Amino acid sequence: MPRPFTPKVITANALLEGDVVYYTADDQWTRHLSEAELLTDEAHAELRLIEASAQQHLAVGVYLADMAAGENGPEPTHFREDFRRTGPSNYAHGKQVEL
Amino acid sequence: MYRYNDFDAAFLADRNSQFRQQVARRIDGSLTEDEFKPLRLMNGLYLQLHAYMLRVAIPYGTLGAAQMRQLAHVADKWDKGYGHFTTRQNIQYNWPKLPDVPDILDSLAEVQLHAIQTSGNTIRNVTADHFAGAAADEVADPRPVAELLRQWSTDHPEFQFLPRKFKFAVTGSETDRAVIRAHDIGIQLVEKDGKRGYRVLVGGGLGRTPVIGKVIRDFLPEEDLLPYSEAIVSTYNVLGRRDNKYKARIKITVNENGLDTYRELTEKRFAELKPLFSGVDQEMLEGIRAHFAPPAFRNAPTDAYEAARAADPVFRAWADTNLSEHKAEGYAIVSISLKKHGETPGDATSAQMRAIADLAEQYGHDDIRISHEQNVILPHVHKSDLPALHAELKKHDLATANIGLVSDIIACPGMDYCALATARSIPVAQQIAERFDALKLEHEIGPLKIKISGCINACGHHHVGHIGILGLDRAGVENYQITLGGDGSEDATIGQRTGPGFAYDEITDAIESILKTYLGLRESEEETFLDAYKRVGAAPFKAALYPEKANAA
Repeated sequence: MPRPFTPKVITANALLEGDVVYYTADDQWTRHLSEAELLTDEAHAELRLIEASAQQHLAVGVYLADMAAGENGPEPTHFREDFRRTGPSNYAHGKQVEL
Repeated sequence: MYRYNDFDAAFLADRNSQFRQQVARRIDGSLTEDEFKPLRLMNGLYLQLHAYMLRVAIPYGTLGAAQMRQLAHVADKWDKGYGHFTTRQNIQYNWPKLPDVPDILDSLAEVQLHAIQTSGNTIRNVTADHFAGAAADEVADPRPVAELLRQWSTDHPEFQFLPRKFKFAVTGSETDRAVIRAHDIGIQLVEKDGKRGYRVLVGGGLGRTPVIGKVIRDFLPEEDLLPYSEAIVSTYNVLGRRDNKYKARIKITVNENGLDTYRELTEKRFAELKPLFSGVDQEMLEGIRAHFAPPAFRNAPTDAYEAARAADPVFRAWADTNLSEHKAEGYAIVSISLKKHGETPGDATSAQMRAIADLAEQYGHDDIRISHEQNVILPHVHKSDLPALHAELKKHDLATANIGLVSDIIACPGMDYCALATARSIPVAQQIAERFDALKLEHEIGPLKIKISGCINACGHHHVGHIGILGLDRAGVENYQITLGGDGSEDATIGQRTGPGFAYDEITDAIESILKTYLGLRESEEETFLDAYKRVGAAPFKAALYPEKANAA
């Protein structure tokens, strides 16, 4: 039996800055995870991934990342995505200070 | 140190100009990421978790003051004011922006540095003993040989698409400070019957399948180094597996085919290649040697050093841990720790880089080394200059007296930066260092090498740590496995796993428990952790780590 689909967002790194970006419902790339489109339907998620992957001039390494619905938009369910939306733990660099 | 000739400079300018155009074509959309990725990797540019990362080679770990200042300039102008020195004598910038990278590379080229072949399935930066040219125990300075290998391997047309990456390390000493046994090819300069030659090891490596390198030639005549190296790599290029990334390194090729078969094939290829080397390489080596002539050591009294030792306990503690024996009388090799308790192992700020550059010029014959243990070395300092040097180092937070001790930890960037990592390494290293500093046990514990990797690829050399820590992702949670008894020296040994791993908030306690067990069972203060482990085995440490299990049994 296939595993049930879990909610996801589309994420990547920005081509120029390398910064973590997320795909929004209106086809934009945002730096804020809270603004990302939470995809709850598998077929829709696959379609959106194809659309997002076509934006090679803006984003690199596009993939679907597991998230859960939270009060302020999508929330990571894995620590890797939590680090990606925050920045490194040894310095106050990256999103934790830049957003 | 080696100075570029016109050919080197032109080659680098050409390469940088090509890459500038490739970046422009990526940005204007002419190149897809699939097309661009191999091009950027050939020039050391990775895409990591939060940003791009540029890995710049420091050939055989040797820098002059002007180069160090330029590294600081790059850190300030295009990054966040610091750089990270790695276990392969590279420096990594964690925050460059793609459009800036061509300017960074041009800026590095001004001081004869580059990022070529710091990634990809090519021959990577050739590393060497960081005490080269200064060590009291070496047969000869290994760096001319490393430079010859660098020139031979850079843009070598046959070796741009090897089955997998390929790493050389060279040492001139029996005491192995360059971990040559964990490299694809390890080369040791040796002397036999009054003649110089090389002991050549092959097939060492860490990663998911750790293997200690094996001797493929016990004595290779000096003039055969390049044809023989070419024969080894050429054999690997044909024989190495390309069907499975995890079985593609030469260590697997050697193990699957057997060392004898691999040697036979290499010798066969060597017989073909040898006549093609006319001796030009030996002339070049002679020319390169002139660049590495030892500095003019001075003959001066060392009274000031002795006086400072007697008068200043802080200086004495630093001198006891951070100095090594130099081949010239009155001189010392100074290790500058980049492991201040609580700081990121291997990181230096631009201000620290500039301070080191100034000190190298003032006291160290303009010679700086980066060690695979992520520290900086001033290889030639006269002892009378040490008190003044130490006073300056203190001003820049560079006088931590912990070389070779529990807080002198190797740690890879881990999941704080690396896209391949499965767990964090840096904060684990920080916590362990701070814990033992607070306990004031560091000097009592004595010589100890802790090495931490944030994934199975083992950039942090955990397999050869006296205590190795491997960070994994266990069902979505960071989990840390411990290995004991590893050794990266000439007695190279792969550490053995203790058992189940520990959570992020348990790992420092686990290390404390191991080391308190050691303090309780050692026969004397002279018995190091590694010696004690060899004597008693893993059992007492396992009993301390897993008390429930010990009680049940």
